[in-house]
Amino acid sequence: MSGKQAARLKYACDMDKSVLLNNFEARGWIPVGPDDDWQFYWANVQSVRNVFSVDSGYRLQDDQVINHFPNHMELTRKDLMVKNIKRYRKELDKDNNPLAEKDDTGRFIHLDFIPHTYTLPADYNLFVEEFRKNPNTTWIMKPSGKARGIGIFLVNKLSQLKKWSRDSKTSNFVPPTSKDTYVISKYIDNPLLIGGKKFDLRLYVLVTTFRPLKCYMYKLGFSRFCTVKYNANVNELDNMFVHLTNVSIQKTGNDYNAVHGGKWTTQNLRLYLESTRGKEITDKLFDEIDWLIVHTLKAVAGVISNDRHCFECYGWDIIIDDNLKPWLIEVNASPSLTSTTSSDRIMKYKLINDVINIVIPPGEQPDVRWNKTAGKENLGNFYVLYDEDLAQSDPVALDPKMKLGTGPVRGGLRETKGRPSPATWK
Amino acid sequence: MESHFSPGYVQNLLQSLKSSKIYTDLHNAAQTEVSKTSVRVSELKKGVQSGLAASGWEKKLRNEIYQYLLSHPVSSHPQATPAEHLKEPLLYLRKAQQAWEKRILKSLNSMCTELNIPLARKRPEKEQKELAGRWTELGIDGPDLTQIRPVYAPKDFLEVIMCLQNPNYNAGDSSGTYTLWGLVQLPLKLSSINRLRLLYSDMAINQCQTGVDDSSDIPADMFDSDRVKLGKKVLQAEHSPIAQEYAKKGCPVSLREDLWSQILGINVDEFDVLYYEQLKANVIAHDLLVDSLLYKDVKLTATNDDQYFVFEDFLYQILLPFTRDTEVLSHFARNSASPPKSYIRGKLGDENFSVVYPPNGVIPFHGFAMYVAPLCYLYKDPVKLYYAFRAIYTRFFFRLHSISSHPQGIVCLSLLFENLLQTHEAELFFYLKSVGCQPLKIAFKWLVRAFSGYLSSDQVLLLWDRILAYNSLEILSVLAVSIFSFRKTNLLKVQSYNAAEAVLADLTTLQVIPLIQLSLFSK
Repeated sequence: MSGKQAARLKYACDMDKSVLLNNFEARGWIPVGPDDDWQFYWANVQSVRNVFSVDSGYRLQDDQVINHFPNHMELTRKDLMVKNIKRYRKELDKDNNPLAEKDDTGRFIHLDFIPHTYTLPADYNLFVEEFRKNPNTTWIMKPSGKARGIGIFLVNKLSQLKKWSRDSKTSNFVPPTSKDTYVISKYIDNPLLIGGKKFDLRLYVLVTTFRPLKCYMYKLGFSRFCTVKYNANVNELDNMFVHLTNVSIQKTGNDYNAVHGGKWTTQNLRLYLESTRGKEITDKLFDEIDWLIVHTLKAVAGVISNDRHCFECYGWDIIIDDNLKPWLIEVNASPSLTSTTSSDRIMKYKLINDVINIVIPPGEQPDVRWNKTAGKENLGNFYVLYDEDLAQSDPVALDPKMKLGTGPVRGGLRETKGRPSPATWK
Repeated sequence: MESHFSPGYVQNLLQSLKSSKIYTDLHNAAQTEVSKTSVRVSELKKGVQSGLAASGWEKKLRNEIYQYLLSHPVSSHPQATPAEHLKEPLLYLRKAQQAWEKRILKSLNSMCTELNIPLARKRPEKEQKELAGRWTELGIDGPDLTQIRPVYAPKDFLEVIMCLQNPNYNAGDSSGTYTLWGLVQLPLKLSSINRLRLLYSDMAINQCQTGVDDSSDIPADMFDSDRVKLGKKVLQAEHSPIAQEYAKKGCPVSLREDLWSQILGINVDEFDVLYYEQLKANVIAHDLLVDSLLYKDVKLTATNDDQYFVFEDFLYQILLPFTRDTEVLSHFARNSASPPKSYIRGKLGDENFSVVYPPNGVIPFHGFAMYVAPLCYLYKDPVKLYYAFRAIYTRFFFRLHSISSHPQGIVCLSLLFENLLQTHEAELFFYLKSVGCQPLKIAFKWLVRAFSGYLSSDQVLLLWDRILAYNSLEILSVLAVSIFSFRKTNLLKVQSYNAAEAVLADLTTLQVIPLIQLSLFSK
């Protein structure tokens, strides 16, 4: 690694976002075009496709880092994510891994973090079978490849899915392209409500390598609240303001407030939950969220092409039900960097700042051959969620690695039941 | 047993107990005891008494008496203290408070006439049904608030306080050399710094505190886990004075709700729920102008606050019934303020046709909703939240917006703030004055709101822990001084009032307990 002279790196950036550009300028970096000799490229997903496409003949140098993994959709497309998680669970089950422990009804105890999901149209018949077993349930349809709440609708009658029905009578059935696939999941109709309102969590997780897995959790995540009271009434199923927490949808509602943007810090959420529900159950919730993320990353670690030029900062959407159980909704490869409020802008600025410091240790030139172990002093507001290298070398140290960002350190007091020793994880 | 309570005081206490619910409950419990076979007729009294003590009634009675003692301080002269002296012993301040109240009422009445809204009106049947249906979402589709303005804001109140003068007082100092530097020029009795140090001695730097020693980078077994264990034991004892003593070092987050409930003597049973439902029914039946004031206040303050906006609907469910609660009127016996009266149309001045308006006698001002907001983090049940707010308001917060000589009243708190600042940060105070900035102008709004909405929510709760525990609001003045101290370096560079305000605009990063400790114990 080169010496610690003030490194004026060359960067390329596809997005005109102040939180990015301000960070680059603060470091004295030099803007160049994506076709020039950049060392740091904050790209959008289309450009990344070009960079890594077989036809482009692009070869990344040892001092070039880019902000997406080539096939991140294994994690960020809803249908692929579900497929990978299901496969991961099956594998652990086959190996009789204690993680795959099931309860009396056959549900996974530790790995039950995604709601029942089917891919349409492929699993249509399986879905119908399940739906007929419990006809009074609500399901949520989401297009696999879209974001920001586009194209989502709720379903509680089979007739709403007419177009997927493979009735042989409709001879003009055209096999849909992968662009048209949907996932349909059991709708969580008992979300935790605060002040009577539904909310979800947006957490940021930085992954610098998948094999070995090194991931970092950002302490300053936030909750997004619906502006309208939650109403589980079936007549309100069409009211998107009640059910979807995406800010882009809430923003257009009448009661949207631009001062706080319907966002609450995770600290306030913790304070509320600890005060009203108690410390143990709150700690357990945040613990389960950490594990949920690690398991999901582990599930895709085998299929993601672990190009060492890549890192990625994901936006995780998690919903909590009123038993204080977290559910994974989806993972976003390009979490929004637009700021809706001033505290939002500050938070996202700090996020990018810390991401850059972890990916390229400050003052140094990027060198993709390093072991990617970030120094403690560079973590900023991130904490180490899981570091496979360190976990392998020191099994006992696995526990302190999982310490929650805002709770007290619990040293060796954590129960290890159900958590396997690192040696069994590939 | 010799006690410093006069026979008259004890008499009042017994009377109050006899007319409260605990009397009937004890009566019933005693009946149950008597019917037990273990009690012998020859020792009836002793048997029933020990039975009651064993089943926890003695504890409940003790708690009840304790709550009475806290809210009914022993008066200076046991027999002859006139009622108005209990409210406020100094004549000129009594008169000032009455004048202030007249102004508020006039402002309210003129808003009524201007906007042609009645002070109160009965809701038509249809409207009642509709309101009842959306009781839990009052934040949406509220009344039209464009014309409504708050009756007054803290800065209006400050102007009144600034003009207060004791007509009997002549400092013999016509040149003004010895006047105090601040805005409040009244000779009132205040606590000295040494007395404050004694009062808050449990917060000394050498004592571990919640809010300092329980943060995440300190191992839990050094303080936090023992503290929580002790807290759980305290809760089991169900004894208000013990809970209050425990809270002096702060309440762990997970135990705070129960500790505050014990300290404030809140036990919600089915009668309390019924009473709340009755208040709710009153809100639905009649629409008061005060309701619109409260709506406006919530929309202006909590709805725009990124810590409390989530609880907007809860705030209406607490504040609107609060205005109908006539039990609140009893606190006026020790409040220098008096409930405003309104007269039935056409019978102005005729006492037979006067009603208290609003029914609870409290006219809200700009920021009133913020007294409730931090409590929403603790109580997720609106009924319990209601009683907690009512208890805190009638024990403490009413003093923050009425003119009185009480050492915890806002006038004395302001004077205490200025005195402490002048004594301990003379250079800073003088400098600020010279650039046209009176520190109280900035600190006043913090004091009136007990810092709610200015500090981050967990810090407000830590501060209010201490208010409950030490039974005093003086900590607000101490904190205000310590904030000025803390930002001294930047304040000494400002050149204008606005610049000073900007330095002190954002307090959300402050940790209050270390600041208070620094101020009190490190000079």
